[in-house]
Amino acid sequence: MRYLPHTQEDIKEMLAVTGRTSLDDLFDTIPDALKTKNGLNLPDPLTEWELNDHMEKLASENIACKGYTCFIGAGSYDHYIPAIIPYLVSRSEFATAYTPYQPEVSQGTLQGIYEFQTMVTDLLGMDIATASHYDCGTALAECALIALRKNKKADKIAVSDLVHPSHRQIIDTYLKPAGFKMVTIGHTKEGRTDISALEAMDGIAGLAVQSPNFFGHIEDLAACKKVADSKKILFITSFTEALAWGLLKNPGSFGADLVAGEGQSLGIAKTFGGPGLGLLAGTKKLMRDLPGRLVGRTKDTNGEDGYVLTLSTREQHIRREKASSNICSNNGLNAMTAAMYLSTIGKIGIREIAQLNHDKAVYLKSILTSAGFEPAFDQPFFNEFVMKAPKNFKQKRAELINRHCMFAGLDLAPFYPQLTDHYLFCATEKVSRQQMDQLAKEVA
Amino acid sequence: MTRQPGTSGLIFNEPNVWDKSRDGRCAISLPRADVDRAPLDPALTGDAPDLPQLSELDVVRHYTRLSQWNFGVDSGMYPLGSCTMKYNPKTNEVQAARQGFAGAHPLAGEAFSQGTLRLMYELEQYLAEITGYAGVTLQPAAGAHGELAGMLIIHAYHAKQGRQRSKIIIPDTAHGTNPASATLCGYKSINLKSGPKGILEPDAVAAVMDEDTAGIMITNPNTLGLFEEHIKEICDIVHAKGGLVYGDGANMNAIMGVVKPGDAGIDVLHLNLHKTFSTPHGGGGPGSGPVAVTEALIPFLPVPRVEKELDTFKLVSDCPDTIGRMHTFYGHFGVMVKAYAYILSMGPRGLLDASRLAVLNANYIKDSLKDTLNLPYDRPCMHECVFNDARQKSYHITTMDMAKRLLDYGFHPPTVYFPLVVEGAFMVEPTETESKDDIDQFINAVKAIAKEAESAPEKLTRAPVLPKVTRLDEVSAARKPCLRG
Repeated sequence: MRYLPHTQEDIKEMLAVTGRTSLDDLFDTIPDALKTKNGLNLPDPLTEWELNDHMEKLASENIACKGYTCFIGAGSYDHYIPAIIPYLVSRSEFATAYTPYQPEVSQGTLQGIYEFQTMVTDLLGMDIATASHYDCGTALAECALIALRKNKKADKIAVSDLVHPSHRQIIDTYLKPAGFKMVTIGHTKEGRTDISALEAMDGIAGLAVQSPNFFGHIEDLAACKKVADSKKILFITSFTEALAWGLLKNPGSFGADLVAGEGQSLGIAKTFGGPGLGLLAGTKKLMRDLPGRLVGRTKDTNGEDGYVLTLSTREQHIRREKASSNICSNNGLNAMTAAMYLSTIGKIGIREIAQLNHDKAVYLKSILTSAGFEPAFDQPFFNEFVMKAPKNFKQKRAELINRHCMFAGLDLAPFYPQLTDHYLFCATEKVSRQQMDQLAKEVA
Repeated sequence: MTRQPGTSGLIFNEPNVWDKSRDGRCAISLPRADVDRAPLDPALTGDAPDLPQLSELDVVRHYTRLSQWNFGVDSGMYPLGSCTMKYNPKTNEVQAARQGFAGAHPLAGEAFSQGTLRLMYELEQYLAEITGYAGVTLQPAAGAHGELAGMLIIHAYHAKQGRQRSKIIIPDTAHGTNPASATLCGYKSINLKSGPKGILEPDAVAAVMDEDTAGIMITNPNTLGLFEEHIKEICDIVHAKGGLVYGDGANMNAIMGVVKPGDAGIDVLHLNLHKTFSTPHGGGGPGSGPVAVTEALIPFLPVPRVEKELDTFKLVSDCPDTIGRMHTFYGHFGVMVKAYAYILSMGPRGLLDASRLAVLNANYIKDSLKDTLNLPYDRPCMHECVFNDARQKSYHITTMDMAKRLLDYGFHPPTVYFPLVVEGAFMVEPTETESKDDIDQFINAVKAIAKEAESAPEKLTRAPVLPKVTRLDEVSAARKPCLRG
C-alpha cells in the first residue's frame, strides 16, 4: 500500500528493538477472546485509477454532476467561487496542520484566523467573533445555552418560527436533555416574526430571530431588540446568507448581544450541506461566555508581533465539566476560506455582489408573477422570496429538473404544512437573466 | 549522524491583510448586470463592511506567505499524541472536489442525490464493520460533536427506560471533551482513577457504579496509549447495573482489524474521520465524528437517517425515539467522501496493516527513547507512548523546553502536558505513515536535545530560534485580549 513506507527489513529491525518477533506480538496485551478472527469484511482495495472510475460513477448519480441552475437557497447558496480560493486554501501548510497548539510554527493559521475574526466583526458590526463553529444551527444552539447560563432563573428560549427549521430542531436537541425548553414564536400574515407574542411569556432567557428570515424577509430587528430589552433578555440574531450584510444594516447596529450565522456563502462549496461554516459573534460583555477557540494578538520574546490561541480557560481541555462548550475541532479551514473570499471580493465587491443578488431576486419575482405565480407576501427581502405556485407546477418542476437541470424553488409544505403549493425561490449573482426568462417561459 | 531537517531559510514578513488595502482595488471581476437595479429602502441598508481592497496577486501573495509560516504533515513529522497526524492522501481531495459532490445542493431531493446518499450509506456500513456495530450515524460534525451525540443517545435510552440517571463515570485519562459533553446532558462527572498499570481496574469501576449512574465513558486504547485490558469485565459491571458504556474512539487507529469495540461490550462509539480515516485536520477542522451503536440503540440515532429500499436510497426522519437533529443538513459530507475514498484505497488488509505499523512505530520509539526520557508506564503500548520530563527536571528543563527545541530541529513537537495523569507529559504518536528513516531522525533529535539539556540548557530555554517568531507571551494575550485588528 503506497501510504505505508515500511520495508520487510524495516519491520524486522524495528521488531528487534521492541523485543518482538512478529507484528501480532505487539497486540499481546489485548485478550485473545476480543481479537477479530476473520479479518474485516470490506471491499478489496482499489488502485487510484479504479477509485477515480468508481467515484465518478457515484458522483454522476447526482444531478449536480452536470452543472445545474439553482433557484434554491434555504441555507445553502449557489455563489461564484473565484479560482484562487480553492487554490490557496488547498496549500498543504494550511490543510495538513493541526489546531495551532504550537504557535511558533502556526503563525499562518493564527494570523489568518485573527484576520477572519476581524472581518467577521466588520461584517456583523459586533465586538468579537470566534474562530468558527460547525454551522449556523449548532452556533445558534450554543447561543441559546449561553443565554440560559447567564440567566439561571430562566429555563426557556423564545425562537421565531421563521428561524431555519433545521436550526430550531438542533436547538431542541441541545436544550432538551438539560431540562430547558424552546418556545416558538409564530409569524404575522406579512411573513415576519410576531414579536408581540413574546410580551406575555415568562421564564425566557433569550430571544432568537433570523434575518433575513427563512422566507427571505428582512425582519424588524429594532422592534425585536426593544421587546428583548423590555424583558431584560439576551437578543440573539441568526442568518443563513452571509452576503446579505454587504447590503443590509448589520445585526450589531440593532444591538444584538449574540449573532449566529452560516458562512457557506463566503467561498465554500455547497457539498451537500457540509462542511459549511458556523459564524458566532458577541458583545465584549459576553467575551468569556463564548464557546470555542479565539485567536489573540501578542508579542514574542523579541518584541515581534505574533498570534496565539487565547482565553482557553473557557474551554474543555482546561475547564472540563465546567467548560463553556464541549467544542474542540471547529471548521477552521472553512474559516480560512471565508477570510480569503472576503479579502478577494473586498469592500467594493461585497456591495456589488449583494446588490446583484437582490436585483436578480427582484427580477425573478416579477417574471414569475407574470408567469402566473402569486407573491405570498409583500415584504422587503434579500435574495429569497415565497411564491404561491399555479396548480400544475409540481409536475412542471420535476420536468424542469429532468429536462433542463433546473431546480425551481423549494417546496415549503414539508416545513410549513399550511403553505401547500408555496415555494421558496432564490436568485444569486450566478443566475443569468436568460436562465430566469427560460424558467418563467417553462412554467407559464 | 544524518542532518536534521530543521534549517533556516528566507521567509517573508507580511502585514495584516487590511494594511495592504488601497481604495478602489478589487480582486474579483464583477459580473455584468443584466437586470435593472432594484434599490432597497435606504432605511434597511447599511454601509458596506470595511473589507480590504486588494488585487488578485495581493491576495495570492498574502496567503502564500502566511502558509509558509505554518507546519503541516506535508512539511514534516507531526507526532502529536492523540491527534493521529497521518498522511492525508491527495486523491481523497480530488474525489471530494468532483462537481457531482462539491456542487450538490442539500435540498435537491433524494431522487437527484442518489450518489451522495449511496456513498453515505456504504460508508456507514464500512464503519459498522470496522467497529462491530449494527448502526452508524455520520451526522456529527467533529469528535466532540460525536461525543455529544453519543451521550444524548445514552440520555435518551435512560429516559425511555422510564428513569433518568444523574451521574456518569469518567476516568482520569479522559479527553476534556468527555466531561464537557456529559455536562451538556445534565450528568455529573464522577472522576475515576486509573490503576497502577495505567489502565482501569474492574473493582474500582464496581465501587462507583450504581443504579443512579448512566454509565461510563472509556477511551480505548486510552490516552496513555494502553489497551484497557479489562474492558469486557468493566462493560459487564456497568451493564449489570443497567448502565451503558460510551467508547471514545479517538484512538481507533491502533486497532482496526484487530479488535472491534462492539465485540468488547461498548454500546456507543464515536470515530474521528480526521484521525483514523486520514482526512486533513485543516488547522483545526472541519472534522467529522460518526457514532456507531448497538442494535438496541439504533432508534435513538439522530435524524435524518439514510436508508436503502431495494436499490434506492432515501432520507428518513420519522423515528419517534430519535435524539433529534445535530446538524443543519447531514453532517460534513465533504469529509465523508475523503474517508470513504481512504477505506476503498486501503482495503481490509491495508487498514489492518495501518494499525499494526502505527503500533510498531510507537513501540519502536518507546523502546528507543526510554533510556533518554522517563517512561512512567513501561508497558507495551498501542499507537502512542507517553514520556515525561522527570529526568530533565534536575537541569531545570521542562517538557515545554524540549518541545520548543524540537521545532528548531524541524519536527512538530508531540502533545505536551496531556494526559493530565502524567505530570509533564510528552505524548508521542508517530502514526503508520512515518518511515523508519524519519522516525530514526526524530529519535536522534530527541537524544541530542536531552544531551543539550545537560550541557547547554540555554539552547532549550531560549528555543525555538529558527521559526518566524520566538516564544509568545500567552499570559498577556489572555490578560489583555486583543481579538481583532
